[in-house]
Amino acid sequence: MSTPATLAETREAVVSGARTAVEVCREALSRIEAADPALHAFHTVTAERALARAVEIDTHRERFRNAPLAGVPVSLKDNICTNGVRTTASSRVLERFVPPYDATVVTRLHEAGAILVGKTNCDEFAMGSSTENSAFGPSRNPWAADRIPGGSSGGSAVAVAAGMTPLAFGSETGGSIRQPAAMCGVFGLKPTYGRVSRYGLLAFGSSLDQIGPFARTARDAAIALGVIAGADPADSTASREPVSDYVASLTGDIRGLRIGVPNHLIHQGGVHPEISRAVEASLTVLKERGARLVDIELPHSKYAIPVYYLVATAEASSNLARYDGVRYGLRERQTDLDEMYSRTREKGFGAEVKRRIMLGTYVLSAGYYDAYYLKAQQVRTLIRRDYEQAFAGGDAVDVIAMPTSPTPPFRLGEKTDDPLQMYLADVFTVSANLTGNPGISVPAGFSSTGLPIGLQLTGRMFDEATLLRVADAYERITDWHTRTPPAA
Amino acid sequence: MPAEFTRAQIEAIAALAHLELDPAEVEMFARQLADILAYADQVQQVDTSGVPPTAYGVGPHSVDRPDQVVPSLAVDDVLANAPDSDRPRSGGGFFKVPRVIG
Repeated sequence: MSTPATLAETREAVVSGARTAVEVCREALSRIEAADPALHAFHTVTAERALARAVEIDTHRERFRNAPLAGVPVSLKDNICTNGVRTTASSRVLERFVPPYDATVVTRLHEAGAILVGKTNCDEFAMGSSTENSAFGPSRNPWAADRIPGGSSGGSAVAVAAGMTPLAFGSETGGSIRQPAAMCGVFGLKPTYGRVSRYGLLAFGSSLDQIGPFARTARDAAIALGVIAGADPADSTASREPVSDYVASLTGDIRGLRIGVPNHLIHQGGVHPEISRAVEASLTVLKERGARLVDIELPHSKYAIPVYYLVATAEASSNLARYDGVRYGLRERQTDLDEMYSRTREKGFGAEVKRRIMLGTYVLSAGYYDAYYLKAQQVRTLIRRDYEQAFAGGDAVDVIAMPTSPTPPFRLGEKTDDPLQMYLADVFTVSANLTGNPGISVPAGFSSTGLPIGLQLTGRMFDEATLLRVADAYERITDWHTRTPPAA
Repeated sequence: MPAEFTRAQIEAIAALAHLELDPAEVEMFARQLADILAYADQVQQVDTSGVPPTAYGVGPHSVDRPDQVVPSLAVDDVLANAPDSDRPRSGGGFFKVPRVIG
């Protein structure tokens, strides 16, 4: 098959009449049919429903003339609720759960003319960095089938990287969009905390969770964010901050832009030398384009992983209390109510989810709350202040650059027996979730064995426009994003 | 702060979380939770005297809105996912659980 079209090309073709929405939809479905048996990006493919929607768009083409996603096939991580379409969060406990409502992002995508073609694989309840914690089997990296695609939103990253859909959505609690984007060689954007409504997103860490897009160009990510961003009466944590015109911000001009570079983090132990080399080469490209590189320090970043795994597990233990066999999902039938709860949860949850519930329950329990949870929230303040300081004052930077992942994608099974090693895969990404800042992963090179490498940019609160401008400027002068994996 | 967890401690945490664990899981979590907490203990090195906690990265904002009545989900649709329920059309409209009183 030819190189898959971008979101912008697809939409333009449908609106101009060059292609019908049905043709576009059939092509996406046949790409899924061809590639997915080997990659397992999807749990559910909504072929019939998608084609009916495509017919509707073709029949009323005039009505969709200004729709930003007219006829664009979209896939969604399987923790985003879709009315009438099974939503499992890759968990046995929700294996047969069919939501009676759409998440707000789903409603907005529908209004923008998008066509939902399927629900993608992820780590169970978004807990993991490799998609190996899925109860229904891992996804595989389209660049090397023996490698993980990253996680937790691995299926969505694979769907875009392998050309199955030009646009996909994932969710982040500690890097679950940016990290798989880096490992699959696509763009992945985590918006500012509160930028996008989470109504209908299955909750994991409520002070951290955010929904965002995967795309093959910065422009496509900008279009997608414009569709889903903004206040929502159904989510009181969705911000009323005005939504920028993200596409208009893609000027290609980054002259005078100040890029903060925490060199002490990029060259720390544990960072693969090919990753630090690729990031340095990318920074040189941005410098040649007129940006200024400023060495900065983020002294409390080294505590981000411990703080994250104390805060996120505490919130998870509380959020996952709802899976008790009463209102939806699995129930293990027992004559005693307490037995019913605990047997249901034993059967329904996988090892990583149980591990995090246990850890979170412990750090919130009497006698340990102050030592762990409160302490972690205080150190979280110090991490936030590091970022505030970098983005403010006379030496203020506009974005902060570092690797997205410390290593290229690892092999399936390599870290599954050692949860702590798996947690360290998030070392560069968790800070932005703790502070709330937006972040993007940009395709920025390949390892000597042909595995993708991502450059991570973190921006000021609600300044996704600048992040996208830098990502787009970089994309214009590099060709990493144009390469397609062997499995596409 | 415990450097290791006993079986009884792990079982007590599991009971708080309404989780039933098999003996192999109890053993595994005793080891792994100790490892993870030993790593997380580095936060104790940080001087946080006088530092307020951060619960959310973005400060709270006003969420006032007009108090308007809008339709909720239909009870039948909500109960459709329930493992056991009494539907409105049969006079019910509630979730059913094992008997808890006498």
